[in-house]
Amino acid sequence: MNKYAETFTKGLLKENPTLRLVLGTCPTLAVTTTAFNGLGMGVAATFVLFCSNIAISALRKVIPSKVRLPAYIVVIAAFTTIVQMLVQAYLPAIDKALGIFLPLIVVNCIILGRAEAFASKNPVVLSALDGLGMGFGFTGALVLMGGIRELLGNGTLFGWPEGGLLPPISIFVLPAGGFFVFGMLIWLTNRLSAKHDPTYMPRTELGCAACPHAATCARVSCEKEAE
Amino acid sequence: MSQLLLSASPHLHGKDSTRTIMRDVIIALMPSLFAATLLFGWRTLAITAVCVASCVASEYLSRVAMKRPQTVSDLSAIVTGILLAFNLPVDIPLWQAAFGSVVAIVVVKQMFGGIGCNFVNPALMGRIVLLGSFASTMSEYHLPLYAPADAVTSATPLASMAAGEELHYSLLDLFLGNRPGSLGETCILALLIGFAYLLYRRVITPVIPVVYIGSVFLLSWLFTGSATVAFYQILSGGLFLGAIFMATDYTTTPVTRGGQVLFALGCGLFTVVIRQFGSLPEGVSFAIVLMNIITPYLDRLTMPRVFGATKGGARK
Repeated sequence: MNKYAETFTKGLLKENPTLRLVLGTCPTLAVTTTAFNGLGMGVAATFVLFCSNIAISALRKVIPSKVRLPAYIVVIAAFTTIVQMLVQAYLPAIDKALGIFLPLIVVNCIILGRAEAFASKNPVVLSALDGLGMGFGFTGALVLMGGIRELLGNGTLFGWPEGGLLPPISIFVLPAGGFFVFGMLIWLTNRLSAKHDPTYMPRTELGCAACPHAATCARVSCEKEAE
Repeated sequence: MSQLLLSASPHLHGKDSTRTIMRDVIIALMPSLFAATLLFGWRTLAITAVCVASCVASEYLSRVAMKRPQTVSDLSAIVTGILLAFNLPVDIPLWQAAFGSVVAIVVVKQMFGGIGCNFVNPALMGRIVLLGSFASTMSEYHLPLYAPADAVTSATPLASMAAGEELHYSLLDLFLGNRPGSLGETCILALLIGFAYLLYRRVITPVIPVVYIGSVFLLSWLFTGSATVAFYQILSGGLFLGAIFMATDYTTTPVTRGGQVLFALGCGLFTVVIRQFGSLPEGVSFAIVLMNIITPYLDRLTMPRVFGATKGGARK
């Protein structure tokens, strides 16, 4: 696979910003009560990510390294303001649903993360592809999560049908259900990407030393003392 | 050698197993099931059967799906099923009861490693998820069959008290369970019979239930300034059911005596605070779940000093 295709596709699943890198969880959990909100948030963030990656990559030799973070934030804030004004003007319903989370795209760590980790080191075309891939991965995760939560919590999908397909289980629209669906999706992507990862080892083969409780586990300390 | 596990002496054989303890708990729950059937009719048994069947099926299927040793025969899923059923109103649709059971066993218990590894009480979490999911069916309470009123559904005594209305129930009504409420929580007499059986069989110690109910009584008295209201407060809601059967679960409550006292006091405090100042009329389930979460810290705080160790805890 050539490097352009790889740069684009890695954001979709392998390095999916929300589900694999666990970045941008605040908008992920907060706005995904419906599939449509997830789509709106995803598209808005993708636009900002795409544009800011191009701008920062083009300016990467101009920006002094010591003030790079403020400079990135200024660029990102400019594009976020454009998105916010456009959404307010043409899609007021989305603006109302996303609320404070639309201007908060400025501090979305996916966008700043890609600027710092990728766009500041790579040429413009690659950075644009990286921004698009990451943005699509983010949008896909948000639509999936919003879809699941809307279908189970409200019985509808993208607001269809009127009466609802399923009887609503409202906890899925509440924050607790958001965390639950988020956790299950992370589990699913980890399982899917583990299949293609040659370095992956099942937990059982790692032994007790890899367990997060090893420091306090009675069994591990007993075995150590026996040695 | 890795197959051999050495443990410290004394090597005594205890005749209790998870299975005999769970069997005793099931026996202790039977008086309440009988009372609930008398009070709310045959639908009680249908709800209990659905909860137990879906809990057992969820337990069995999760162990099979996770390729782990089968634990369904330890009877703990049956206890969870009965307890969850006791926390539900009689009119709840059966599929919602089954949904709560699946959440309790699969999400709360098996995803965290099965029996002994759940961080909160599965039945209570199942109830809280149902309360968050189906707020209308979970807060519509049927009057008992023998209630002296024409209505079918009514506010629970706690809800009436929270709204400042006058109560139609005497303390004897509350004691015998002749009031609207969840299936297993209303008949205090039957719960006390189960409590006595568990004490006789030494399945539980009286520390947590007595401290929990006592602290709710004293704090209610303190906040409302009336001993009568305090009696009404302890006899209403799910306090006795929670204190006797939920707050004494081995997995999610402290091991040390001091930790158990702190746990029960915390439960009492949260229950009274939620009842008096919260937006919900009842706080027993939230109080117990909150204290379940900090149980490991209570155990650490009250860990007895090892014989011969210095005050800092270091071994000499």
